[in-house]
Amino acid sequence: MTMDCCESRTSSAPSRRALLLGGASFAASAYLPKFARAADGRDPRLVVVILRGALDGLATVAPIGDPDYAGLHGPIALSPAGPHAAVMLDSFFALHPSMPEFARMVRENHAAVIHAVATPYRDRSHFDGQDVLESGYAGPGRVQSGWLNRALEALPKGEQVKGERVTSGLAIGPTTPLVLRGAAPTVAWAPAALPQAADDTAARLIDLYRHRDPALAAALSQGLQLDKAAQGDDMKPKPGTNNAGAMKLVARGAAKLMSADDGPRIAALAFDGWDTHANEGGPVGRLATLLSGLDGALAEFETGLGERWRDTVVVVATEFGRTARINGTDGTDHGTGTVALLAGGAVNGGRVIADWPGLKPASLYEGRDLAPTTDLRAVIKGVLHDHLGLSERVLAETVFPESAGVKVMQGLVG
Amino acid sequence: MAGDSQAALVALNRFGLGARGGASGDFVNAASDPRGFVKAELDRPNSGLLEVPGLQSTPALAQAMFAYQDEIKRFRDSLAKGPPAISPMDSTPSWDMDASNPAMTVQPDAPKQQAVNPPGSLNVIQRTFDAEALARIQRAVIADCGFTERLVVFWSNHFCISANKGEPARMWAGSFEREAIRPYVLGRFGDMLKAVEQHPAMLFFLDNQQSLGPESRAGEIRKRGLNENLAREIMELHTLGVGGGYSQDDVTSLARIITGWTYAGRQGQLGTPGTFAFNANAHQPGAQRLLGKTYENTGVAQGEAALADLARHPSTATFIAAKFARHFVADDPPPALVARLRDVFDKSDGDLRALASALLDSDEAWQTPMTKMRSPYEFLVAIGRLLGRAPEDPSRTLGGLNLLGQPLWSPAGPNGFPDSNAAWAAPEGMKLRLDISARVASRIGENVDPRDLLEMVAADAASTETRRTIERAESRQQALALLLMSPEFQRR
Repeated sequence: MTMDCCESRTSSAPSRRALLLGGASFAASAYLPKFARAADGRDPRLVVVILRGALDGLATVAPIGDPDYAGLHGPIALSPAGPHAAVMLDSFFALHPSMPEFARMVRENHAAVIHAVATPYRDRSHFDGQDVLESGYAGPGRVQSGWLNRALEALPKGEQVKGERVTSGLAIGPTTPLVLRGAAPTVAWAPAALPQAADDTAARLIDLYRHRDPALAAALSQGLQLDKAAQGDDMKPKPGTNNAGAMKLVARGAAKLMSADDGPRIAALAFDGWDTHANEGGPVGRLATLLSGLDGALAEFETGLGERWRDTVVVVATEFGRTARINGTDGTDHGTGTVALLAGGAVNGGRVIADWPGLKPASLYEGRDLAPTTDLRAVIKGVLHDHLGLSERVLAETVFPESAGVKVMQGLVG
Repeated sequence: MAGDSQAALVALNRFGLGARGGASGDFVNAASDPRGFVKAELDRPNSGLLEVPGLQSTPALAQAMFAYQDEIKRFRDSLAKGPPAISPMDSTPSWDMDASNPAMTVQPDAPKQQAVNPPGSLNVIQRTFDAEALARIQRAVIADCGFTERLVVFWSNHFCISANKGEPARMWAGSFEREAIRPYVLGRFGDMLKAVEQHPAMLFFLDNQQSLGPESRAGEIRKRGLNENLAREIMELHTLGVGGGYSQDDVTSLARIITGWTYAGRQGQLGTPGTFAFNANAHQPGAQRLLGKTYENTGVAQGEAALADLARHPSTATFIAAKFARHFVADDPPPALVARLRDVFDKSDGDLRALASALLDSDEAWQTPMTKMRSPYEFLVAIGRLLGRAPEDPSRTLGGLNLLGQPLWSPAGPNGFPDSNAAWAAPEGMKLRLDISARVASRIGENVDPRDLLEMVAADAASTETRRTIERAESRQQALALLLMSPEFQRR
């Protein structure tokens, strides 16, 4: 866990101020990952966005060209015509109209969709599904580390640098998502509006924790450090912010942290609320509002990362899909196949990648769900391989254990 | 200090809500008889109930909510017809962002703030939520040991709803807990299960009022059908647990079995508005097979029989025992303790008093090191107890809970709030706890002696370092903030 790695970095930072000024005492063992190459100035950023609750992939990127789609999705099906027309991405797939920014990124070849994708999990529990998605293991269990953390840990070490934040994963939100938990160091940040405790009080407390409770010492040090780094004039949530607004706000803060030269290169965050059992809505409605928030968050990353966007990949993934046929309450129940989205200047985009299984009754998984034809791990492996330079062997053994049979998807980045 | 200080700390913090300050004598009493101190609450009849003047039943609250919604509608209609005589004051308190929506947890189901309300009208839904929250917090702050309240919080989180689902959920969040959880925390699990699944708040939260038997009369006429949401969570989260031996077919079967389980709406066609109702027109006809057993269509009794069997299922005993031990003792509780709790649950037919007693009677529960973090709720309540401040307004506590990621009655999903150190000892959470402690200390730190407070919190069980840190603080305020953040106050 985050605590362990930091306990080993014993230091005697006497005050919070010292922690904030780049943490000289922390920097001793920090190395810039090798993927940051001084030669061509490439310095990649990776953001993982987990959509908790199971995103309806068929409603997000609709297979308009599939003759069975409209009948299955019924009144909430998207249409390429009319007042809220879905945006055709190719001759077969259309994007939800609430995602104009993502549509633009696809047009500019900086975003891609992978369809009919799923983790190896085949049951329908959110919490187990999220465990599998985030742990990177083939099945649910009591795993306490996530694939992104293990990827971070496996990065080849390069030149020594000052500042531990460069090599830490950034957890955005009040708790660290499982995908980023593990032995590699993480730091966390969440927007909040409270008067700050005095630096001196914090320093005394950290000193007490060092003697009595090292895990709390590490946690508090990181919390203090990151909060300061993320503070800007407009980072506090304002009254009246709606949910889509909150998603954008979170992304804006994360982008600000990550755009700094000494900021974290790798981040994870989770958005809740995608469990659209009832009244999911079509081109407008509940899912549309959520997608609009996600779209805005992607745009915030693009804007906030500035120059760094061209070296960025954002991976958007969810634990499983939803039933192909809408249920009795104009929503969808837990399913299997869904979409994964990639966005960022480093993405080799402009396309929907799918080995389309079709939506005929016999083609549906267990007669009800979009059948998965692509393993999500293949997609993520492709990104980690091309973007961060992780070897196929590390990916198959450490990052996604026992996944040698899942081939790295080629050509997603660059 | 006479008695066992370490055991007193366990009694007060692991099982209770922390020592009360002032002249309570909690620490001394707990040290002289740690088990007895905790168990005293179990012997008090109905100690789980919360009966406070002004708190109303779910049907009464339903009526008030419908009246309020009607009033809003009338006012809007009148606005549409012409300019208002008086410009509408913004009387809606800012709770919608400050108190009810955590800054960070994105809650797409959150009710939208009313754009335009009648002049001076009070939002009865938020007033009710605040009154229920206040009653709960006050009870927690003044409770003797607080073990019963801890049981309430545990079971309420096990069977959670989210107030962010919509107006009825916010209106009924408190009454749900008072009516479906509290009466049973020392009663039978099966009774609590039935009360929960038939409560309007749960039926609304997990959409069952919308689920229709596809071949029922209503299903055929309205061309709508099943919604599996409640049925799935009953098995996955409320009883058997994931991996508890059920299949997708079982989920669908249970969903069919409980079609028709709804609550009477504002028209009252199915009964008094806001009461549980069985709508035979929506109920799927025919027998259903669930977990290998056939349940004949006996109307509402079909579902009640299924629930009774689920409550008695061996997987349920296993699931509940592990979760209970994990909550009170450790993220990885001693297996022998879990096994004993499972047997007690099983053999007593889900007697929750027996379960709680078995926990308190075990040696493991007293000897396992105090590694768990207090949850945000336990932390904030413990502050109120130590400082002898039962709030008269819940907003500060509610705001604190939002910041710390545990907004009252509003978890992000039906699995409730997390219950692990990974969740609560996170960097951002620790920083926010410090900010809150500093703010509390800056408000009242001057009027207390932190050295006295340390005696009330931990006495001889306090570490030398904690004692020294508090004694050496540069101000009383700083010392109080450090005490509230000390491992002795944070861990349980």
